[in-house]
Amino acid sequence: MLSRVADRIFWMSRQMERAENMARILGVTSNLVLFGTRDVQEQNLLAPLAITETEEAYRAQHHELTLRELIEFMALDEKNPSSIYSCLKWARENAHAVRWQITSEMWETLNATWIEMRAIPRGRVTGAGATQFFDWVKERSHLFRGVTYGTIVRGEAFNFSRLGTFLERADNTARILDVKYHILLPSVEDVGGALDYYQWAALLRSVSSFETYRTLYRDQIFPIKVAHLLILERRMPRSLAACFDQVKEAMGRIRGQSDSAAKRLAYELHARLSYADIEEVFQGGLHEYLDGVLADISELGSRIQRAYLGAV
Amino acid sequence: MVKGRHYDEMHGADGGVRAHFRALADWLAETPADRVAEKRREADLLFHRVGITFAVYGDDAGAERLIPFDTIPRVIPKAEWDELAKGLRQRVSALNRFLHDIYHGQEILKAGVIPAEQVLTNEAYQVSMLGLELPHRIYSHVAGIDLIRHDDGKYYVLEDNLRTPSGVSYMLENRKMMMRLFPELFARQHVHPVEHYPGLLLETLRAVAPPAARDPVVAVLTPGQYNSAYFEHAFLAQQMGVELVEGPDLFVKDGFLHMRTTSGPQRVDVIYRRVDDAFLDPLAFRQDSLLGVPGLLSVYRAGNVALANAIGTGVADDKSTYPYVPEMIRFYLGEEPILENVPTWQCKRPDDLEYVLEKMDELVVKEVQGSGGYGMLIGPAAKKAEIESFRARVRANPANYIAQPTLSLSTCPTFVESGMAPRHVDLRPYVLSGKEVKLVPGGLTRVALREGSLVVNSSQGGGTKDTWVVD
Repeated sequence: MLSRVADRIFWMSRQMERAENMARILGVTSNLVLFGTRDVQEQNLLAPLAITETEEAYRAQHHELTLRELIEFMALDEKNPSSIYSCLKWARENAHAVRWQITSEMWETLNATWIEMRAIPRGRVTGAGATQFFDWVKERSHLFRGVTYGTIVRGEAFNFSRLGTFLERADNTARILDVKYHILLPSVEDVGGALDYYQWAALLRSVSSFETYRTLYRDQIFPIKVAHLLILERRMPRSLAACFDQVKEAMGRIRGQSDSAAKRLAYELHARLSYADIEEVFQGGLHEYLDGVLADISELGSRIQRAYLGAV
Repeated sequence: MVKGRHYDEMHGADGGVRAHFRALADWLAETPADRVAEKRREADLLFHRVGITFAVYGDDAGAERLIPFDTIPRVIPKAEWDELAKGLRQRVSALNRFLHDIYHGQEILKAGVIPAEQVLTNEAYQVSMLGLELPHRIYSHVAGIDLIRHDDGKYYVLEDNLRTPSGVSYMLENRKMMMRLFPELFARQHVHPVEHYPGLLLETLRAVAPPAARDPVVAVLTPGQYNSAYFEHAFLAQQMGVELVEGPDLFVKDGFLHMRTTSGPQRVDVIYRRVDDAFLDPLAFRQDSLLGVPGLLSVYRAGNVALANAIGTGVADDKSTYPYVPEMIRFYLGEEPILENVPTWQCKRPDDLEYVLEKMDELVVKEVQGSGGYGMLIGPAAKKAEIESFRARVRANPANYIAQPTLSLSTCPTFVESGMAPRHVDLRPYVLSGKEVKLVPGGLTRVALREGSLVVNSSQGGGTKDTWVVD
């Protein structure tokens, strides 16, 4: 497959997955601010900017930090390259460029999503219709993934699409889990308290795992178990381990030349996630662990770019 | 508006339906009007649906490039087509011989059949092609020859397109649409198929690969998704099952052309390029070209890659070369031309110039390098002021203009707002030259949808029709 085409397909899939995860992050944030007291409010609103590393860009345009403006920036801002708006736009743009190498159903899904996105009144997204909008984004992403899985021939286009989807999802799951590091509890006494509970529960809901947690652990919500679920539980399809099962599988199918550096790192990360111990993760610090994972994912992305997709 | 006589494709002089249109006319007569109308709506819908996926190409501004499709086919009897095909083979063969000659021995110039300066100073003449041996000595592998039928009932060649003629995807899509909408029409009579065109094209391209390439790899080179013909490039690549590449996908290494793939460099032997000469290689031609491949020309000159069409074919389809094509046929093939040329006045000749300036209100005056219906004046349809300003332009630079009598393009019944009405049509058959010369029966029929209009170009309100060759 042409490197340019693979590059477009890889990024098309990443951008759609990213749109979904942005919707998830904003969803959990909207939820969290309902519980926070006034003094931690700002901290709660900062979390999404911190984990997407966009605080500086936000501050350059906004004086205040309000939920409305945050959603405006992360969902609708055309100048923010990782806003939902930009992700949907670029996913569609990339699909457009490889229209003949993907199925017409895939193209039509992304094209229709983009057309609908442009027709959505902005005021509704930043106001009462926020949750509805986030649900719509998630649905479109589910639809695209399903259409892709159900229609595309099993070949390099499929492999690079899967690779993009799950590398992006791993990145986002790690970031979402890290939210808890960035949001403060009013005081140390609140650890393990009601507010703490609600925060963890909201986080679980944001990755559609609240019920999964209950089913798998049949227990109260404990941070270490939430972390176990999102990092190591491969039955949970958004966990890092599950994502890397897919990344490894896709990379195993890709026939490349001088791609051993990329494959080595993918397999290494897969092995590490397969044999990690959650107790050890916590001893070293969850935030530090997630930071390391994010750095590795970013490095893997660069190696994939170099091995298959041509110079950036 | 152009008045006067014209040839009616469907009806004879006595008003009766011509034999080859009989089956279609019967069907139209016995099919209730509302059913035909319903089918037309269905066609609109289908094309619009497909059109959404086709037409969004290109335009971020949202301007869709959807060419109107008319559901009444243009029908040509087989015997007539056979004669046309013979004439087309003859003409394209002579043009290829001419191209080989002017880049080699230049016999035709030495013989004084065509003025040497006319060829050698032509902008499209490429010195870099001198002495280069091409497989089967073919330069224009894909040629589109524009034909019209005059009121005398004879076909005339209006223009040869030897560079990167487009439109063949519409020929194929139109047929697909007609078979889908009106299967019963195809059951009534044998319409000769055109669907094998992509197969013939691939065969032609593989036949001109460098001889050393055992299993030649073919790719279609496009300027990219913002090109107006991108749909066709992608369509043909897909139909042939070959890669659709852009300049940056290709690079030159060790004297060969390669494409960048996820599994490393892959050699490419034949490029069906839909990029103009000037943009092919920034090292050899326009330095600012981002569409080409640095070093491509050197690989080409070494015989390690084939380009279709070859570089420098434009000198043969230039409007100033056109008047000499009948002479070329006599010179190279020793045959009389089967297809007629339109009589042409060349304004660079003082006598011709004088005549053209005087009779401008009766003539069609064209720029030598113009295309797409731009840079031309249709005398009888033009206002006085337009003629005056054109006269000044011609006088200022006579060599840049030719003139022809206003031909009355034939008409074919066409669905318009008010029902069915005659509209003017032309015909562009595609001629493939590789090891052999091949055509599919028919071609692209373009139709001027505005009443009385003679301009069939899609950029100026033209539509298309399916073209049937029937027994």
